[in-house]
Amino acid sequence: MAKSIDVSDLDIYYGDFLAVQGVSMTIRAKSVTAFIGPSGCGKSTFLRSLNRMHEVIPGARVEGKVVVDGQSLYDPSVDPVAVRRQIGMVFQRPNPFPTMSIYENVLAGNRLNSKKLKKSEADDIVERSLKGANLWNEVKDRLGKPGMGLSGGQQQRLCIARAIAVQPQVLLMDEPCSALDPISTSAIEDLIHELKSEYTIVIVTHNMQQAARVSDDTGFFNLKAAGQPGHLVEFNPTKKMFTSPDNEATEAYISGRFG
Amino acid sequence: MSATQTPPKADDTGLTSSRPHGRGDRVFRGIAVASGLVIMLALAGVFVFLAIEGLPAVSLDAGAYEPATSFLGYVGPLVFGTVLAALIALLVAVPFAIGIALFISHYAPRRLAAPVAYLIDLLAAVPSVVYGLWGGRELAKNIAGFQSWLHDWFGWLPFFAGPPSASGRTILTAGLVLAIMVLPITTAICREVFARTPRLNEEAALALGATRWEMVRYAVFPYARSGMISGVMLGLGRALGETMAVAMVLSASPIVTLNLISTENPATIASNIAVNYAESTPEQQALLIATGLVLFAFTFGVNFLARYVAGRSDRRMAK
Repeated sequence: MAKSIDVSDLDIYYGDFLAVQGVSMTIRAKSVTAFIGPSGCGKSTFLRSLNRMHEVIPGARVEGKVVVDGQSLYDPSVDPVAVRRQIGMVFQRPNPFPTMSIYENVLAGNRLNSKKLKKSEADDIVERSLKGANLWNEVKDRLGKPGMGLSGGQQQRLCIARAIAVQPQVLLMDEPCSALDPISTSAIEDLIHELKSEYTIVIVTHNMQQAARVSDDTGFFNLKAAGQPGHLVEFNPTKKMFTSPDNEATEAYISGRFG
Repeated sequence: MSATQTPPKADDTGLTSSRPHGRGDRVFRGIAVASGLVIMLALAGVFVFLAIEGLPAVSLDAGAYEPATSFLGYVGPLVFGTVLAALIALLVAVPFAIGIALFISHYAPRRLAAPVAYLIDLLAAVPSVVYGLWGGRELAKNIAGFQSWLHDWFGWLPFFAGPPSASGRTILTAGLVLAIMVLPITTAICREVFARTPRLNEEAALALGATRWEMVRYAVFPYARSGMISGVMLGLGRALGETMAVAMVLSASPIVTLNLISTENPATIASNIAVNYAESTPEQQALLIATGLVLFAFTFGVNFLARYVAGRSDRRMAK
């Protein structure tokens, strides 16, 4: 189920503005790939281009190729809606649907896929997904309550459950812990470790310790200069990245000698 | 020893500032409280006026309620006509308003959205007398054919039983004119709440692979629900209270009928007052004012009910 992603020479534009330039990388299946870099360097933009979410902003477009398991995502025949059903996403701030119960929140994606679910199937999906997100024990007695009633960390795990309920090929996470306290963060990091046995995970983080803890590969993004587009400086296994990076700028950033 | 060298008093620690910042607060609070009180007083004043002037008319001699024989018999058909016209207006206007609002907030390219929004707002600037003139002279004439078509094909429904009015000046036409008048306010409010849907909620739906319409259903409508009800309520208020447009379109008779396209149409409370007030005896004027009181109470009740319904679903989710 998990798929690898090949990106070659990807340029991302907002209108005429070139936000990210010339990114090439291979994201391995069933591994965790982390993107680090200063704010505004385009790592979130790049992440969102992996499931065509950046197109939500009018005028956004890409040049180059993103290939998931042999299928080019930006082929004219590909429907962005179908792409997003295959490649799930978790956002910076937890965003359960405010009017839905916990149960309905988990099933939201399945309902969109418009299959009529039998009650027993639906129950199974909810239980499996919530267990997968390490949330089942905390909420199993109040599945009918609103998702907004949970704590921030629980809400974020609910969003992860919602994303994995449709069994995506890839799970994208855009700073999933930046709004959470250390204990919730640790719960999510444990979860990422478990999820990678089944999913390809790509995570953007501002926290370098987090990147070092959870990821197998790390990409360092930076701006070429102020006002210039962002680009991928270095992409290497996380161990190498944090011990002997190829690039001086990477070392400077990781060791904190750099803004 | 000069003044600057005196040791700082407790006031100078910064915790108890001598700056008169309390004054601005007090002034604004005064203005806000006063505004709130004045509007409540005005509302109460209107109610008291209607009650004092109108209540005696509730128990007059039977002859005063011509052609009915009691107050309820007199006001009943008027309430019915008012509600019927307002319902027609809302049934037509609300789907349009939501559609237009969605188009402006989520579908139209920005270059198109702003002019469309502006044009819809302009509809609100047209005086209701003008709508009345247009509805009675132009729309009625052009819609008469459509109404007899409705009768031909859907005559088996009580709404279109006919016989269709040749002039087209029917309660259906009045309802359509009202719909156009309701449209701007309902559209404007829906548009505002739609546009304020948190981006996060929209992206939650889109990232799950929702199409635009599914995203609207999952994220925009649930978020906007109570705002949409407010918009519809304001529209309903306008439809219930509108006077001139209805008076100029309808030739009314005091009957209760669901037949929307015949020559015999129920009047509305407001249009009935407008048409009859100038040439009435004091007794009849009191009666008309009493019908106004009924309209006032009815509108009030409808609004409360809608607030309650909207509030209940919000409260349920907040638990």
